[in-house]
Amino acid sequence: MPDVRLALEAFDPAAEIAAFTARYPNAGGIVTFLGQVRDSGGVEALELQHYAPMTLPGMEELARVTQVRWPVEGLLILHRSGVMVPGDAIVLVCAAARHRRDAFAAADFAMDHLKSESWFWKREKTAKGWRWIEPRPEDREDLSRWG
Amino acid sequence: MAKLVFMGRLEDAAGTGEMSVAPGPIEMILAALDPALAVQLLGEKVRMALNGALLTDMGGVVLAEGDELAFLPPVSGG
Repeated sequence: MPDVRLALEAFDPAAEIAAFTARYPNAGGIVTFLGQVRDSGGVEALELQHYAPMTLPGMEELARVTQVRWPVEGLLILHRSGVMVPGDAIVLVCAAARHRRDAFAAADFAMDHLKSESWFWKREKTAKGWRWIEPRPEDREDLSRWG
Repeated sequence: MAKLVFMGRLEDAAGTGEMSVAPGPIEMILAALDPALAVQLLGEKVRMALNGALLTDMGGVVLAEGDELAFLPPVSGG
């Protein structure tokens, strides 16, 4: 069963990775991706908004599809919602598999779809105030890699 | 009553994240809104979900008591 969560408060990526790793002693390879709020461009805060009826169900469906596509023994998808500051974790994806390539691919696939297909809306706060972030064309291109 | 939900930049455009409206055909509900807001809600990149399920076509949609219609602009997660 994949572990899929929407975090409304800050989470500890190191503790999550340690717990995930301990759960899959038979996996020869574990790939983790951590996305964090970058400290640049005068960004003071980042807010991710979610839509409760759709966001978590969509993440669960993404995890299901990922596991159908690659033989992973374990999969964690953890995504924040709410207001964050630079250095805060936004998203953590962990994939455990017998062989590394499956783990890399599963984590990469899940991340590309989280970025461009999951139900999140992002805005950032600078000295000029809040501004909504529109998706980048590159995000759509990343998605098209998977056919 | 039925509920309209505005996500992302549409929340700013509407000045609120949620709005109660009288049940009825969606065309009539949109016609009663500020025209500038209605134009944004009908933008080609905006998708709609009725009670959590994406709509492929809003034609003929009638909101019943307790229904929730969400307007979803392009997403940007991660």
